[in-house]
Amino acid sequence: MSEIDLAALQPVIEQYIPLGRSGLLPALQAAQKVYGWLSEPVAAEIARSLHTPLADVHGVIEFYTLFYDKPVGKRIIRVCTDQACGLKDGEGLLHYLCAQHGIEPGQTTPDGSLSIEASPCLGLCEQAPAALVNDQAETNIDIKTDSYELGRPGSIVGGSLHLLTAHCGSGTTSLAQHGEYSALSKALKMQPTAVVDEVKASGLVGRGGAAFPTGIKWEGAARADGPVKYVVCNADESEPGTFKDRVLLLDDPHSVIEGMLIAGYAIGAQSGLIYVRGEYPYILPVLENALSEARQAGYLGGNIQGSGFSFEIEVRLGAGAYICGEETALFESIEGKRGFPRVKPPFPTTYGLFGKPTVINNVETLFNIPLIISKGATDYRKIGTDKSPGPKLFCLSGDVVRAGVYEVPFGVTLRELLGMAGGVTGGKKLQAVLFGGAAGAFATSAHLDVKLTFEDLRAAGLPLGSGVVMVFDETRDMRAAFDRLGHFFAHESCGKCYPCQMGSQRQAEILHRIAAGKMLEGDLERLQDVGWTMTDASLCGLGQTAAGAVLSAIKLWPEMFVENAKGPVAVGNKPKKPAGAKKAGTAKKKAVKAIVEKTKPKLKPKPAKNTRTRPAARKTKARKKPVKR
Amino acid sequence: MSDNLTLTIDGRSVEIEPGATILEAAQQVGINIPTICYHEATTSNALCRTCVVEVEGQRLLQPACIVKIANGMQVKTHSERVIRSRRTILEMLASTMDLSDAPEILTMIEECGADVHRFPEAKRREVEVKDDNPMYIRDYSKCLLCWRCVQVCAGDAQYTYAINFSGRGFETQIGTFFDRVIPETTCVLCGQCVGVCPTGALKPKREFLLENGMSPQEISVLNTGRKKRRKA
Repeated sequence: MSEIDLAALQPVIEQYIPLGRSGLLPALQAAQKVYGWLSEPVAAEIARSLHTPLADVHGVIEFYTLFYDKPVGKRIIRVCTDQACGLKDGEGLLHYLCAQHGIEPGQTTPDGSLSIEASPCLGLCEQAPAALVNDQAETNIDIKTDSYELGRPGSIVGGSLHLLTAHCGSGTTSLAQHGEYSALSKALKMQPTAVVDEVKASGLVGRGGAAFPTGIKWEGAARADGPVKYVVCNADESEPGTFKDRVLLLDDPHSVIEGMLIAGYAIGAQSGLIYVRGEYPYILPVLENALSEARQAGYLGGNIQGSGFSFEIEVRLGAGAYICGEETALFESIEGKRGFPRVKPPFPTTYGLFGKPTVINNVETLFNIPLIISKGATDYRKIGTDKSPGPKLFCLSGDVVRAGVYEVPFGVTLRELLGMAGGVTGGKKLQAVLFGGAAGAFATSAHLDVKLTFEDLRAAGLPLGSGVVMVFDETRDMRAAFDRLGHFFAHESCGKCYPCQMGSQRQAEILHRIAAGKMLEGDLERLQDVGWTMTDASLCGLGQTAAGAVLSAIKLWPEMFVENAKGPVAVGNKPKKPAGAKKAGTAKKKAVKAIVEKTKPKLKPKPAKNTRTRPAARKTKARKKPVKR
Repeated sequence: MSDNLTLTIDGRSVEIEPGATILEAAQQVGINIPTICYHEATTSNALCRTCVVEVEGQRLLQPACIVKIANGMQVKTHSERVIRSRRTILEMLASTMDLSDAPEILTMIEECGADVHRFPEAKRREVEVKDDNPMYIRDYSKCLLCWRCVQVCAGDAQYTYAINFSGRGFETQIGTFFDRVIPETTCVLCGQCVGVCPTGALKPKREFLLENGMSPQEISVLNTGRKKRRKA
């Protein structure tokens, strides 16, 4: 790389300088837009401008996968090789694209025009296989017909209710189409405590995965001392298989703004932040536009609708870190730090963003707020069941006919939900459902009649999580899914606490051995000890759930965790030969073979090094060979 | 004191002032809870999780170094769950790093009955020794990421901010800005990081050289100190 011209830097980072260290992520993002990557002089200049120690700036660049401290291609294709895309041969797609351009995953073409890398779940699961091409989503990629959709991802919305998704399914809803913020107007005429009481009475619990009662959270923050408080919208939707928040934000940004305004009024906050995951860059302009519409209409700013209540909202973009969906890690990220989760207590309601009382809610949770205020808690509770009131969004993906976001009342069964989506693809039998995401658990056809409520799922030992329902048909070798789970958590562990930092790595190694048919004596006990230790002793929710799905699989399919029970998983260009497993029928073997056959000709055999076990592979190296696409 | 709180640790009643941690309460009655990252002089981050204990009514194990005691609390420091986690953490550490210079941890491993060979075919953290300044060497193959060095270099003591982290997850390491050598960082060679390092990953240069067989005479004429630099 030739000399870096720092003159171009100041104009793009200027607006972040008043933010100090909190402006670090936006400043690095702006700089990377200009230079393509973050060189030492650029990082040093940003550090100087934001009065942030050099070592800390480098620590931040190193933490987030979407920051590069080495040159990368002008165009970066990030191919999802996670669960849902994995079922549509995302690995094969990755290697096909790489072969086309003569590079290996994680490398850049010699002319510097293109880099291709593997990515964890991009939240485009219902349109798999998918990739992120710079700031655009590339979905429904079909290498046979060379067809794909590029740009803003579409929304597929279904279900038996259309309360949360009332404005979803046909592009972004403008303020004019959305109509006035009537729930906000109603709330502003109520006492703030009455608003909190209404939310409490509604029985709403958080929809991000932890299911904490929203009203209690609000009450805590409302009662906390101090004049400065925050409302944070957690839009760092990164749970593999989850894409509902993407649909909500893209199609109906005004509902989340209205929900945040009501939250702000209820707890006495003056400002709000929406933290959107870095893999959803295309949501940023949609939100910015909606915020400016709201500002013009007098819904944001000072003395809103003459109520004396003032509120502003800004948007922050993450930079590639699943852990930042953990609320305290998210705060750290907004504060310009590595996304390390904090120890709790203190809880965000008293010590949150910038150490101030903070309410942090998931997008879907905030979408429920205008509904609750408009309808009133009593009417709201008529939806769903007594103990799980309200509507719920489920993200259906994998081997299901019509993948998409489904809105249903709590209480429908898994069978009914799958029925709405047309059932298992190709009329095949259901083998498994990954429930609640990577942090969730596996279910089987034995769970089809479980009612989807918190209480019924708890009794069945299934976490609702973020509403993921990922379907695996009877032909799938589940060990490939375990391998992807292992890889995901090893890649996404922040590295702070020992159980998760080392446990996620050891778990990935063992699961990889299992998938390769090379299980060692004692691996099952190791896997369980690591899993229980992560579950029991990790510092945050990531580590505490990193083994949940695997431990559930051990219970469901003990035969898969027996040494030499099977040959290696046959997917992509991995060695084939699914040797006589007890439960694997011939259909399964055939399908496995078909996958191998399908992908074989296009893929050149990879060297021993496998992308799956390469947490350090995000650094790129230049290589020869011209670009085609 | 009448406003002391009473709790039970391993069946023994302990009376201690409010605000104390479980670790402090246990220490008061001579119950040993092993710790790795904990250091009196640095901010407790509860990240090594070797001090986890079982607290009645809590779903998950609790880190004794930061959890404050409450009246009537029932604590088990050596239950089956606790030992399983502690042992597995130590076994994973042994499979990850070089513990040869960490006698306290080796003792813990022995006491816990941990098997240092528990995890075969495990990826280790192995890096070359960094010998780039006259005062100390950095052997990150021995680093167990207790964070103490980063903390004393930053707001816990020296406010020099010369070091931070690189990588993430298992690949995390202690690093400088773009891997600069120590003399090109803000390091003031105060030595506090060396003082708090529990595993010999940071070691005084002189100690390192003595261990490697050099005599004090040989070391004294090495071109590493201030004296020699003046000559040049």
